[in-house]
Amino acid sequence: MSEFFAMGGYAAFLWPSYLITFVAIIANIVSARRAHAAARSEALRRLDRDSSEAQS
Amino acid sequence: MSMGTAAGSWQAARIVLQREWLLAVRRPAQVLQPLAFFAVVTAMFPLGYTPELAKLRAIAPGVLWVGALLASLLALEHLFREDASDGTLEQYVLSGQSLTWLLLAKTIAHWLLTGLPLTLMAPWLGVALGVPLTAAIGVMGALALGTWTLSLLGSIGAGLTLGVRRGGVLLSLLTLPLAVPVLVFGARATELAIVGDSPTGALYLLGSLAVLGLTLAPLAAAAAVRIGLE
Amino acid sequence: MGTNWAWFHRFGSPPHVYRLAGLLTPWFAWPAALSILAALYGGLVLAPPDYQQGEGFRILYVHAPSAWLSVMIYAVMATAAGIGLIWRMKVAHAAAASCAGIGAWFTVVSLVTGMLWGKPMWGTYWVWDPRLTAQLVLLFLYLGYIGLRSGIDDVGRADRASAVLALVGVVNIPIIRYSVEWWNSIHQAPSVMKMEKPSMPMEMLVPLLLMFLGFTLYFAAVMLVRLRAEILRRERSASWIREALR
Repeated sequence: MSEFFAMGGYAAFLWPSYLITFVAIIANIVSARRAHAAARSEALRRLDRDSSEAQS
Repeated sequence: MSMGTAAGSWQAARIVLQREWLLAVRRPAQVLQPLAFFAVVTAMFPLGYTPELAKLRAIAPGVLWVGALLASLLALEHLFREDASDGTLEQYVLSGQSLTWLLLAKTIAHWLLTGLPLTLMAPWLGVALGVPLTAAIGVMGALALGTWTLSLLGSIGAGLTLGVRRGGVLLSLLTLPLAVPVLVFGARATELAIVGDSPTGALYLLGSLAVLGLTLAPLAAAAAVRIGLE
Repeated sequence: MGTNWAWFHRFGSPPHVYRLAGLLTPWFAWPAALSILAALYGGLVLAPPDYQQGEGFRILYVHAPSAWLSVMIYAVMATAAGIGLIWRMKVAHAAAASCAGIGAWFTVVSLVTGMLWGKPMWGTYWVWDPRLTAQLVLLFLYLGYIGLRSGIDDVGRADRASAVLALVGVVNIPIIRYSVEWWNSIHQAPSVMKMEKPSMPMEMLVPLLLMFLGFTLYFAAVMLVRLRAEILRRERSASWIREALR
């Protein structure tokens, strides 16, 4: 097992590479979902405001 | 004065060029500052590196080209900005003349007032970097073509950044990556001229960039200006 | 050509695309996850070490797909931007906007993984080889695009201006690549600096192809989520929104 992690001595380069890739993958998923959630609540807020303005 | 005819086009271009010249004469500082910048930046390199001319000659192509690039970028900020704020640009759009053509005239004027003087200055600044005057023709040929393409490329960025706050920095960020081929071919041509080899191959490549820029850039700049004026 | 362009113009309808994107996302996301996990296992465990680069070559499994994404995404972005500009489709502009962040991220990943691969191979973190240099310029192009978008407040203007920029960029990219390779070949570094891809037996190649597939599917999934956000941003108070968000 530790042989696997040592990766023939390249561990210091290999694992950070995989880590940064993983970080990028996760960051983009999180960011996209957050953006969508924010856009949704903003759109609903606008709709509510517009309809209450229309009523008044 | 007829608008929209072929004869009108040449007349319109002449008017644009005359206007640019008059503005330059009235505000000479604006024209001279990029040139002074070129000189100052070039002078920084020996101070930051070494006084040995042999070593400076080795980096001279890069120094001259980067200096010319940055100086051109400074000047490009003003290509459309004042005309946009005083409404002239809108007049160009509404004039019935081809906006592409008018902007090309403006860009040519810009090159005559910036790129050409930078080109003429370069051999003398090169002397400060150990570049022999025998290389002057090659250096100037390369820079003439390169600054020409740069003015065209930069007109696109200048149009796109109209009305953007701190547009000057963004303009540089947009234009510099696009200018990489110009820099690569131009610096190589300069290097060849300095060591006394023939720069023809690199100059041909620079020339093809200049032609490509001439055909495509004004179209993109016109599109950019239209969007920027909305 | 008056036949059925209706399908094309339906793609111009924001509510239609919004719904479609939502439906399609899991169909890209789950296969992407499976593909990437399978590729990880294949690349890290099953594939034998390279005879020249040892275990170090495994960085290829994240470096190459990232580089592929960075270039492919720019092409998609420019295409969407062009469609938006020519056919005046807000949805297409929204699609272009959705691509930029992902593309920039993976350009950074390809640069970092390239550097981490280079250090053990040639002893230095950075070399000005044509591929790394071109990736660096690509990153600047992405940053310029993102910077232009954020510098213009009006969404419509930002869409159109950045579309022009993306199209100019995409025309320039082959020229830039050529000039960088030309530059590199003239100042020829010792051939030891060349980024050699190891010659690939099947056990090495299949995980790599799976990674490419997985990354591409992943991009589609994430981009579709972002697209929904961007569509909502552009549809001020359109009536379809309330129904769609229920």
